[in-house]
Amino acid sequence: MNRSFIARNPSVLWFLAFLGIFTLAVTLMAEATGTGFISTSFVKTLGKTLCLCLVAIAMDVVWGYCGILSLGHFAFFGIGGYAIGMWLMYARTETIVTYSMAAQVVPPSPQEVSDAIASQIFGVVGASEFPPIWAFAHSLPLQLLMVVLVPGLLALVFGWLAFRSRVTGVYLSILTQAMTLALSLYLFQNDSGLRGNNGLSGLQNIPGFESTPQSMVSMVFFWASALALALGYILFAWVVSGKMGSVIRAIRDDETRVRFLGYHVESYKLFVFTLTAVIAGIAGALYYPQAGIINPAEIAPIASIYLAVWVAIGGRGRLYGAVLGTVFVTLASSWFTGGGAPDIDLGFYTIQWTDWWLVLLGLSFVAVTLFAPQGLGGLVDKIARKS
Amino acid sequence: MSKTLLELSGVSVSFDGFKAINSLSFQIGEPELRAIIGPNGAGKTTFMDIITGKTKPDEGHVLWGDKGISLLGMSESAIAREGIGRKFQKPTVFEAQTVRENLAMALKNPRGPFDVLLYKKTKHGAERIEEIAEQTGLTDSLTRPAGELSHGQKQWLEIGMLLAQEPRLLLVDEPAAGMTPAEREKTTEMLVEAAKTRAVVVVEHDMEFVRRLNCKVTVLNEGSVLAEGSIDHVTSNPQVIEVYLGR
Ligand SMILES: Nc1ncnc2c1ncn2[C@@H]1O[C@H](COP(=O)(O)OP(=O)(O)O)[C@@H](O)[C@H]1O
Ligand SMILES: [Mg+2]
Repeated sequence: MNRSFIARNPSVLWFLAFLGIFTLAVTLMAEATGTGFISTSFVKTLGKTLCLCLVAIAMDVVWGYCGILSLGHFAFFGIGGYAIGMWLMYARTETIVTYSMAAQVVPPSPQEVSDAIASQIFGVVGASEFPPIWAFAHSLPLQLLMVVLVPGLLALVFGWLAFRSRVTGVYLSILTQAMTLALSLYLFQNDSGLRGNNGLSGLQNIPGFESTPQSMVSMVFFWASALALALGYILFAWVVSGKMGSVIRAIRDDETRVRFLGYHVESYKLFVFTLTAVIAGIAGALYYPQAGIINPAEIAPIASIYLAVWVAIGGRGRLYGAVLGTVFVTLASSWFTGGGAPDIDLGFYTIQWTDWWLVLLGLSFVAVTLFAPQGLGGLVDKIARKS
Repeated sequence: MSKTLLELSGVSVSFDGFKAINSLSFQIGEPELRAIIGPNGAGKTTFMDIITGKTKPDEGHVLWGDKGISLLGMSESAIAREGIGRKFQKPTVFEAQTVRENLAMALKNPRGPFDVLLYKKTKHGAERIEEIAEQTGLTDSLTRPAGELSHGQKQWLEIGMLLAQEPRLLLVDEPAAGMTPAEREKTTEMLVEAAKTRAVVVVEHDMEFVRRLNCKVTVLNEGSVLAEGSIDHVTSNPQVIEVYLGR
């Protein structure tokens, strides 16, 4: 990465400037660090939206640039959330258990402590022992490693099998949906080791910072999310620029031709698929502590489809498009489903947006795909070209 | 006499029982220019598919290079890296990218994802691109998207991309199709020039074009070699006359 990289991508500078100003504005208006004009829960909503933007630019790279319509990237996002959630839940329960046992006359053995933590966590699903996948849950560094390793390895193995067999197009999309569905169904089971449909909860409480108010915790996560988005944006902008970007876009447009140029197309797809899965995992790990809870419904196949909708509405093949699409659709979604939009009385039938929002979203998706494939990002391009 | 670069022997391939290539044998040396002619459906494109790894033959051998290694079982990209470049019948360039980007992608350089990710533009690379653009008459179009080029220019860009790959063997499928007479003449020059330092196989329908290439000609029919020799030799062959008139 040298100066010419930024020079060749003025949109990166624009985006970073915009994100910086936005972050500063939120900081100045938040409860913990500013005037308190915006509530802590809204800071969390904004922070979560930044994480969604991060997974959306990953989706744009894999789909918009490389042409792989993955309908499974939200699964990687969820895995990242589960991975960090395991440590958050373990460490917090450990604090509580140690505290309550401290009153005992005979000091508890490590085994007793461990059993007590396990029965606290797994009581809801009728278990009292740690499943093997919790082996590293006591350690933050190891669990952070899992945030990148598990989505990365899953994407690597899945991608290797799929790309090697030259599964492409709609078949690949179906395969990624199947992977997502299988994962969420598995997690719904009580004996999955991740508390079934209860999921992991209390994730907003950060162990070791019990006395820090949520208004401050939310700010730190907001900053971390903004930083992650900035770094992710730079990373992806670098990957899709220059010769790599050239090859990736060529694979999207005509992969057979790329093969005859001597490029091993499958390796490139695997690289892009895995890299974006890892970033999706990191985005998830930042999102769920702000959400406070993660459960298998989060990984439902529909979530990955939403991701594709955001990117499509924002305009494929331009990173800022993915950000625009995500912000626009999530804001519109909360306006329509949160009672912001007035119901429309047709006399014989009342359109209630809480029910009809999804229909509207679906129609917008179809309309954008058919009539405005450049999406919202295309508008930005037009304005930028004029000025 | 030049050394054998590529040798096919007893190669057959059938699609749903139909023998598209029937115990075909073929040799080309380095450097050499060779024209392949034959009626529609003779198996000319399939012949190229076999060499480039797109189609696996049912039987036979395809041997390559000084050591005579087998190309069968190698992937398309590995065969391309061995030094075999191919131009398709329908011009296929990356229309959304500039002429320069198209050429840069084709330049002979390491092809792994990490090599490409960390690739730094070099002076040598830029010079090569200028040189090839010069040869193919695309100097003024380097910054244009390839999609804006005329049909003939796209064909040349594709030939330019092949040259950038610096292949030892160049397979060119019907390069003159849809070209104006002037464009054809320029294309002929490019191919003759390229064949001075490497093996070039040109598939073509048009006898006039082949005559201008002024090289050895192989006539394919129903998946095997019908005749081989100079253009005058093969066109006076009664079997060849029958195949062409009987079309
Ligand atoms: N993938 C394929 N599947 C079935 N038949 C094919 C396939 N490729 C080529 N053929 C058939 O093989 C024969 C030779 O085709 P081709 O090599 O394209 O001929 P040419 O290029 O000489 O016109 C034709 O009859 C064609 O229909
Ligand atoms: Mg053909």
